[in-house]
Amino acid sequence: MFNQESLKKLEQEKTRWESTTVDKVIKKTPERHEKFYTGSNLEVDRLYTPLDVQELDYMKDLGFPGEYPYTRGIQPTMYRGRFWTMRQYAGFGTAEESNERYKYLLSQGQTGLSVAFDLPTQIGYDSDHPLAQGEVGKVGVAIDSLKDMEILFDGIPLDQVSTSMTINAPASVLLAMYIAVAEKQGVSADKLSGTIQNDILKEYVARGTYIFPPEPSMRLITNIFEFCSKHVPKWNTISISGYHIREAGATAVQEVAFTLANGIAYVEAAIKAGLDVDEFAPRLSFFFNAHNDLLEEVAKFRAARRLWARIMKERFKAKNPKSMMLRFHTQTGGSTLTAQQPDNNIVRVTIQALAAVLGGTQSLHTNSRDEALALPTEESVRIALRTQQIIAYESGVTETIDPLAGSYYVEHLTNLIEQKAMEYIQKIDELGGAPKAIEKGYIQQEIQDSAYRYQQEIESGRRIVVGVNKFQIEEEPPKNLLKVNPEVEKIQKKKLETLRATRDNIAVQNALEELSKKAATDENLMPSIINCVKAYATLGEICDTLRRVFGEYKATVTF
Amino acid sequence: MQETKTIRVLIAKPGLDGHDRGAKVIARALRDAGMEVIYTGLRQTPEQIVEAAIQEDVDVIGLSILSGAHNVLFPRVIELLREKGADDILVVGGGVIPHDDIPYLKECGIAEIFTPGTPISQIVEFIKNKLSAGGKKQ
Repeated sequence: MFNQESLKKLEQEKTRWESTTVDKVIKKTPERHEKFYTGSNLEVDRLYTPLDVQELDYMKDLGFPGEYPYTRGIQPTMYRGRFWTMRQYAGFGTAEESNERYKYLLSQGQTGLSVAFDLPTQIGYDSDHPLAQGEVGKVGVAIDSLKDMEILFDGIPLDQVSTSMTINAPASVLLAMYIAVAEKQGVSADKLSGTIQNDILKEYVARGTYIFPPEPSMRLITNIFEFCSKHVPKWNTISISGYHIREAGATAVQEVAFTLANGIAYVEAAIKAGLDVDEFAPRLSFFFNAHNDLLEEVAKFRAARRLWARIMKERFKAKNPKSMMLRFHTQTGGSTLTAQQPDNNIVRVTIQALAAVLGGTQSLHTNSRDEALALPTEESVRIALRTQQIIAYESGVTETIDPLAGSYYVEHLTNLIEQKAMEYIQKIDELGGAPKAIEKGYIQQEIQDSAYRYQQEIESGRRIVVGVNKFQIEEEPPKNLLKVNPEVEKIQKKKLETLRATRDNIAVQNALEELSKKAATDENLMPSIINCVKAYATLGEICDTLRRVFGEYKATVTF
Repeated sequence: MQETKTIRVLIAKPGLDGHDRGAKVIARALRDAGMEVIYTGLRQTPEQIVEAAIQEDVDVIGLSILSGAHNVLFPRVIELLREKGADDILVVGGGVIPHDDIPYLKECGIAEIFTPGTPISQIVEFIKNKLSAGGKKQ
C-alpha cells in the first residue's frame, strides 16, 4: 500500500518524534503503565502508522464488501441496504407467557425472534423429570411437546418472522417441532427461515448442556445439514458459537480460534458423511460475543471473516462464494455485566453493540442492564433494544461500510488476531482436530487459564471494572427484578399428565420404536423424529430413546 | 513448626446449568490460597453433593448456581446435611442470585451468598474467619 521510500522516511520521523517530542512529555508526565495490553493480552503500542500495516495488500487482504475474502463485510451494501436483525433472546416460564413476550417485542420493532429454552428442555428432560426440579421455566421457556410449541408460536406467522432457537443437544427435536407447527399454520418447510444453534462441540467445551457422546452428536448434526439442504433450504442449520467459549473466559483471539476450529470439525464431519461442501456450507452461521475492548472486538470480527473465507476456499476447496461468507449473530458479553451499579451496564452494552455493528454483524442481541441479577424485566429489555435502534438510526456508523478500515491500529490488530488464531488452529490440527483437542482437555484448559488470569487482573487492580474495584458506592439493592412464576413447574406437570392421557399412546410407541431402530442404522433420523413429534411424543421420551441407543456423555473434570 | 489442618472445600454445581467459569475460578483461587479443593463437575443433585462432602470430609461446601434454581436446591443441601448429621459443614453459595432471595437462603442455613463482583480475597477471608470462629470443629 505504501512505497518503500515513504516508509523509510516515516520510520526516521517516528524515531525522531519519540526521542524528542514524546520523551520530553514522558519525563514530565509518565504514561499510566509501562506497557499496555488489549483484552487478549496483545501488547498495544503507543501509536500506529503505515509502518504497522506495510504488508497489507488491499485487494488480497481486504477487497470489497460482498467479495472474497469478505473482510469488509459479506453484503455489498451492508447497513445502507438494511440493518442487522434486532433479535432479543427471550423466553421464560410457560409457552403462554413467552408467547406474550414475543408479541410485545415484535410490537416494539424487534425484527426476529430468539427463543430461550429452560435447562430441562436443553438437556432433553421433561418438566416432571427429577433433575428438572427447580429449573422448569427458569432460564427459558419449558417445552415438553409439540403442544407447548403450538402455544409458543400461536398467532405468530412463521413465514414472516425468522426464529433463532438456542438449542443444541436436542436441536433435531425442536427443529422437528418447529416444522410441525409451521405445517399446522399452513406454512411449508421451504418458507421457514431462522437458525438452530445445534453446536455440540462448544457444549463440551464451555456450556455444558450436552446429552450424547461426540460421535452420535455429530451424526445428528450432519443429519440436520442434509435434511435441511433438501427440505428447509432457507434455514441456518448451525450457529457455530464462540459466544459461550468467550463467556467461559476465553480471550478474543481464543474465541476466534476455537470457534473456527469447531467449524472446521463440522465441515469435515459433513464431508465424511458424504455431503458436498457447497451443498451445506452456505447455511453455516456463526455466533460471536462482544466485550468492552471496542477496537479489538471490531478487529476480531473482521479477522474471523477473512480467516473463515480463506479456510473454506483453500482448505475445503469450496467454490460457491456463499460457502466462504462468515455470517454471524452477536450477543453482548453477559459476563462483563456487573451486579454493582446495574445502570452502568447500559453503557457497557452500548460499547459492545457498537463493536458488533462496526464489525459488520448480521444480527444482534443486546443484554439488559439487570442480567447480573436476574432475568431481564420488560423495561430493561426495551432499553436494550432501544440501544440497538439508537446505534442504527442515530449514530451515523451505519451510513458507510466498514468505517474503521484503514485505521492503522485496526488493520494491524486484524492481521495479528488472524495470525494468532491461525497458530491455535494449527496446534489443534496437530492434536487431531477440535473433537480430539476437547477430549484431551486442551481447549478447556486454555480457556480456564485465561479466565483465571482475568480474575487475577481484577483482584490486583491491574484491570479496572468500574463500580466493582474502582468508583464503588454504597448501594440500595435494586428493585423490580423479574420473578418467574413458581407455579410453572406444577402447570407443566399437569399439562404432561393431560397429554399422556389424551394422545394416541400406541402411535407414540410405534413412532419411538421406529426411531430407536433407525438410530441403530446410518439413516438420517430427521424423518423419524418428525413422526415422533407429530404423534405428540415428549421431548424427554424422544431423547430417552436416543439415550438408550447412543449412551450419555460424561465429562472429565478439571479446573 | 506449627501444625494447622488444611481447610478442605467442595465446590459444587447443583442443578442443570453448565456455566462453571465462576466455580472453576473460585476452586483454583481457594487452592492457591492453600486450601484443598475438590470440584464436583456439572449437574449434581443435592444428594450427590452431600454424599461427596461427607465422603471427602470437607469443612466447606461452596455451591455455585446461575439458573435461578437456588431457592429449591440450596435449602435441600442444608436439609440433607442435617439429616446426615453433617451440619457442622460450612455452606456458602454464589452466582446470579437476586438480593431479595438472600435473606431466605441465610435463614435456611447458607452462611453467606457471594454475588458477581465479589473479590476472591473476601471469600477466602470469610471462610477462614468462620472456620476459626467455630464452623467445623477442628
